[in-house]
Amino acid sequence: MGKIPAWADMVLIPLISLILAGLLSALVILAIGESPIEAVKLMITGALGSSYGWGYTLYYATNFMFTGLAVSVAFHARLFNIGGEGQAMLGGLGVALACLYIPWPHWSLALLGAVIAGAAFGGLWALMPAYLQAKRGSHIVITTIMFNFIAAAFLNYLLVNVLRPQGSMDPATARFPDATQLPTLHDVLAPFGISFSKAAPANISLLVAMLACVLVWVLIWRTRLGYEIRAFGHSDSAAKYAGINPVKITLIVMLISGGLAGLMATNNVMGEAERLMLNATEGAGFIGIAVALMGRSHPLGVFLAAILFGFLYQGGAELALWTKIPRELIVVIQALVILFTGALDNMVRMPLERLFVRLGKGAV
Amino acid sequence: MDLLNLFDLSVLDSTVRFTTPLLLACLAGLFSERAGIFDIGLEGKMLFAAFFSAAVAALTGSVWLGLLAGIFASLLLSALHGIASITFRGNQLISGVAINFLAAGLTVLIAQDWFQQGGRTPSLLSGGRFESLTLPFATALREVPLFGPIYHDLISGHSILVYVAFAAVPVSWWILYRTRFGLRLRAVGENPAAVDTAGISVTQLRFAAVAICGLLCGLAGAYLATGQQAGFVKDMTAGRGYIALAALIFAKWRPWHALSATILFGYLQAIALRPDLIEAAFNFKVQVQLLDALPYILTVVILAGFVGKAIPPRAGGEPYVKER
Repeated sequence: MGKIPAWADMVLIPLISLILAGLLSALVILAIGESPIEAVKLMITGALGSSYGWGYTLYYATNFMFTGLAVSVAFHARLFNIGGEGQAMLGGLGVALACLYIPWPHWSLALLGAVIAGAAFGGLWALMPAYLQAKRGSHIVITTIMFNFIAAAFLNYLLVNVLRPQGSMDPATARFPDATQLPTLHDVLAPFGISFSKAAPANISLLVAMLACVLVWVLIWRTRLGYEIRAFGHSDSAAKYAGINPVKITLIVMLISGGLAGLMATNNVMGEAERLMLNATEGAGFIGIAVALMGRSHPLGVFLAAILFGFLYQGGAELALWTKIPRELIVVIQALVILFTGALDNMVRMPLERLFVRLGKGAV
Repeated sequence: MDLLNLFDLSVLDSTVRFTTPLLLACLAGLFSERAGIFDIGLEGKMLFAAFFSAAVAALTGSVWLGLLAGIFASLLLSALHGIASITFRGNQLISGVAINFLAAGLTVLIAQDWFQQGGRTPSLLSGGRFESLTLPFATALREVPLFGPIYHDLISGHSILVYVAFAAVPVSWWILYRTRFGLRLRAVGENPAAVDTAGISVTQLRFAAVAICGLLCGLAGAYLATGQQAGFVKDMTAGRGYIALAALIFAKWRPWHALSATILFGYLQAIALRPDLIEAAFNFKVQVQLLDALPYILTVVILAGFVGKAIPPRAGGEPYVKER
């Protein structure tokens, strides 16, 4: 260890992994019979070429920031929270209940209420797997997967049988009242004289997500709790000797992680759909894994990786619209990013370490 | 009386059909995890195999070539998992997640490119599917009371992969508990250092286990697309890989228990299609969603230790680093 400078670990390795994933994706596009260069051009104009495109890119990025942070916080305690999807679904339920059943006078108060409700529901949904991990030693990956399915079935039940308004065929809640409508980026930027697309779904919860990035950074690197989390992640036995209670840390970390995933609902449920629908999360919980790996579990990295994936998502939608490349290309890219930055990390790291050792010798 | 209807032959017959892919995938996971390689990529491997078996069967008209293609595709992903988690000592769980997404994306992408039918393969005609076999004397014995209908309707009349799946249980038990290879495989999942000290290659053993896992997942996927249904549709595994994982925990990583666990989960899937029977039996409506979630809830209950502790193989999930 220590063979490789910190900047290379933070920047170079994710970059090389990304390039590898990109090259393989280009091969896939070639195999379909389309030009990768044309595809990239189309993605850039579609996702970044207009404020409408940016509005979608940032909307998706907001989702991924929340879920990416959720996975990252758990990673710091060496817990793999694969249940972001289910936690975000439950967050959606919390937000929907808060918006529907509390008569909010103003959107700002409604947002505050939604933040609390979303985080509480998401966090509590993560608490049971955390408890099983901490007390029973049952693997958190397995339990969070199970909880994803249970959440989907539970939400399906509630939407079909309980929350669906009378006479409606759609398995979805009623529309939220107007007072809970969040300002879009168009509304936010207009006072500054910046014109932004009215139709795009990006909204003020982007700022909530950015604030969450800052708060997570403060939590992990500037608080006592964050120190305990990182210590526990490095070595749970050492942490135990230092008087850190592993049960407490596991529970708290998963509560925070699930809460962050639950916060996603302020964007997709409250900000965009303005009602809770089936499958509202659209796999964003899983993309959080790729985002966290790519961003090296650092809030700044997560922020950038989330925007990258927002770009891929919106660009991929454009591709599906104009070429014969299906949307599933993004799933492949996402898989490749997870593969290279996560599972095959050593494949990139080992040759790089050797290179740095050789460079180091050359300099001396 | 109505309670007995819950176990009528048609329900049991579909239980067998639902159990088959779960059982194959569960045994696949059993081999891998007993050797210390966690595999949450069962789902992806099944999906990959389902697509390639259906695609090749559709293109060649031969279900057997389809089966081979499915197994080969699944083995490819197994090799990827092996390289990531054994050779490069990467995180096995992350590798499994990546494999699941890779399969989910690539199958639709390739299906769209090859067949332009919105991410599915064309429906398979007779030669492209595994036909149901009629076991000897099934028609002749049909009139025999009790035994006849059971033999004719339940035991006979499935595709060959169903019988392969059920036969795989004793075979797996025999391999794991009665052969030298099986002993070593179990040892490498508990204490790889000891196996290494005995002069046996941990890497080779683990790759062998991962390959067996790929083979069984290939059979499971091929059964889904060419036995149970006639062709591949997007995401057709629908979480079966995860239910198989749940069954594996339920079975506490033992072959015979894997059989009973997957039959239980297969039965739950079969009965979920007949809510009318449940309603008649219990006089109240049972929510379909509850039945969908029941395998997962049961697994969580098991994990919570209410029904006994499930202890995974000790070296599971840990890459083996040779001592120097």
